[in-house]
Amino acid sequence: MATHGAAAAKRTYSLSHLSTKDALQGGNWITKLSFLISGFGNLVYGQIAKGLAFLALELAYVYYMIIFGVSSIGDFITLGTQEQAEVYNETLGIFEYVAGDNSMLCLLYGVVTIFITLGLLLLLAASGRSAFGLQLRKEAGSPLPTLRQDLASLKQDNLHKMMLFLPVMGILIFTIIPLVYMILIAFTSYDSTHQPPGKLFDWVGLANFSAMFAQGGKLANTFWPVLGWTLTWAVCATLSCFILGVILALLINREGTKLKGMWRFFFILSIALPQFVTLLSMRTIFNTNGPVNIILRNLGLLGPTEAVPFFTDPTIAKITIICINIWIGVPFTMLSTTGILQNIPKELYEAARLDGAGPFTVFRKITLPYIVFVMTPALITSFAGNVNNFNVIFLLSGGGPATMDYYYAGKTDLLVTWLYNLTITQKDYNLGAVIGIMTFIVLAIVSLITYRRTSAYKDEGAFQ
Amino acid sequence: MKSKKRLTNTACHALLAVLSIIWVLPIFYVILTSLRAESGSYKSYIFPKEYTFDNFINLFAGNSVIDFPRWFTNTLVISLCSMVLAAFFTLSVAYVMSRIRFKMRKPFMNVALVLGMFPGFMSMIAVYYILKGMGFLETGTLKQVALVLVYSGGAGLGFYIAKGFFDLIPKSMDEAAYIDGATKWDCFWKVTVPLSKPVITHTLLTAFMGPWVDFIFAKVILGNDIEHYTIAIGLWTMLEKEYVEYYYTQFYAGCILISIPIAILFLLTQKCYVESMSGAVKG
Repeated sequence: MATHGAAAAKRTYSLSHLSTKDALQGGNWITKLSFLISGFGNLVYGQIAKGLAFLALELAYVYYMIIFGVSSIGDFITLGTQEQAEVYNETLGIFEYVAGDNSMLCLLYGVVTIFITLGLLLLLAASGRSAFGLQLRKEAGSPLPTLRQDLASLKQDNLHKMMLFLPVMGILIFTIIPLVYMILIAFTSYDSTHQPPGKLFDWVGLANFSAMFAQGGKLANTFWPVLGWTLTWAVCATLSCFILGVILALLINREGTKLKGMWRFFFILSIALPQFVTLLSMRTIFNTNGPVNIILRNLGLLGPTEAVPFFTDPTIAKITIICINIWIGVPFTMLSTTGILQNIPKELYEAARLDGAGPFTVFRKITLPYIVFVMTPALITSFAGNVNNFNVIFLLSGGGPATMDYYYAGKTDLLVTWLYNLTITQKDYNLGAVIGIMTFIVLAIVSLITYRRTSAYKDEGAFQ
Repeated sequence: MKSKKRLTNTACHALLAVLSIIWVLPIFYVILTSLRAESGSYKSYIFPKEYTFDNFINLFAGNSVIDFPRWFTNTLVISLCSMVLAAFFTLSVAYVMSRIRFKMRKPFMNVALVLGMFPGFMSMIAVYYILKGMGFLETGTLKQVALVLVYSGGAGLGFYIAKGFFDLIPKSMDEAAYIDGATKWDCFWKVTVPLSKPVITHTLLTAFMGPWVDFIFAKVILGNDIEHYTIAIGLWTMLEKEYVEYYYTQFYAGCILISIPIAILFLLTQKCYVESMSGAVKG
């Protein structure tokens, strides 16, 4: 142990990359104390302003914990013990509600306190590292950085800290904490019969997951078909938009086509309309009494009261939705493919022409591989986007046609719209959270595997 | 050979014409409905019996419930604020990920990828209560501030396109700047940003469009506070059962009105969109 310590002391550290582990092993008592009292090292070595800032943050944490934090951790574990109750008020002669614990807020504040505590750990680690850096400088006899120099380093060596601070805080507050909260909900009994503030809910472990996958249960009978349709939809929607978009771009950009700008304009027009406007108009257009059915009736293809069940027959509804999605998605692919086509090095085509390759071979050997190479990350993103494509389903079919076989889902509901039904309409937050987690698992498996194989991830610096 | 080529050309143009009609017809229908004089929702005919501009005029007539100009300004303010914040977040993260190597870089990129896979509004309910806890849901104006925060808060995760673009800017330009004594911040601000007009425009535009089309978050946060609505939920309200029969045609008129500025913006910046997607750097 002693020799190990001596070896660590002899090690030379790079001052710009000090790790917390080094500081714990190689630090003197001042450094080690700085891991408990944040800013201690800075104060001892004379960096008063920085030390006070460190210390103030730790004191703020202690104050928060005394006032609020400790009790919120307790509530987080129990999720509340006092249920709202009716108490007879003798003097007024009426029943009054006495506020109980609100399980949902207990859970939320618990999560927030945990994150604040994690923040304190980061602060202490930073304080320790800072003290260690000062200790090393002192031992080497080099001057300590002044406050001005520290601030200047934010524009140079520590630029990433400055530029990432606000975005990361935003992500933390508006994405990560809410997400952790919702994931935890999946392990509680927060459903329509346990609604705070009237009722308490409690931790139930994996009960919701076993209910979701119980053999022959109504939930399982809903989950698997909905998952099946979600995947079918995502694959069909992504591929159809991609393939047709590429074909359209090739059609417009081929040599013989006249008035390229005009054709492009016609298709771009549909992007310029806000998506919910197009979706709602499409819903009207394909309605039982909408224009399409009227045209078909006027043409005599349908009887005066007949209608094509665009949104009321499960199979036709699915086909309609995919077709409408093509209408929405193809111009986007067309636009990005156009850019890629214009970027393909002309020499490649020259060389192919000299070698006597026909147009089909050129497409198969040069154009297509190039497009696929550039577009793969976008394809994966759009697959993920389609799995979570709430707007299209919600605004077009609303998940319908409804069916009695499913638990609050229609035949065209995706996992994500089912999640909406379960939480917003049905208030079964725990089941909604389970579905959210399952959606994530499905997506994570598909995307991480494919994404890690793309060259964009492997050698991202290839063009620098 | 020549006649064969002419045949393919004609066929291609014919196909394009048919496709264009398919793509333009629904837009044409929206315009027709907005000009229809007869009120009510579904009609058993396509072309209106009478045409009128009243639907557009009535939007600005100053109605107690349907206050189109007010919604329009609300949305404009919200989207301008969140555009600035969100674009700053996205570009900062993208630049850091592209140019600076630090310990947490790969973990951060993986986390960003993972977070993008959760359904967006799974977290909506929690966001609602966090905002409530922070006291943002007390008054209408604060709710609008909350909306700006919600729209821009997660923007740091959408850095992939901008990062891809920054990756393509030659490193030699940075090095030249360093030799001249520039700090990394100077390099970002004076070298990278001026070279990245397409992707900056694209980021700004995407962030700007968000509030105009989102109606889920806006609905959850604004609730029934109808005078602080953004345009999207405002229009959505017109289709609710008690309003739809009367406001159906006005709804389409409203859609056209908000589509025009968005369409113009989009057509003007279309080139930037194409360039940022394909990574064309003129350096």
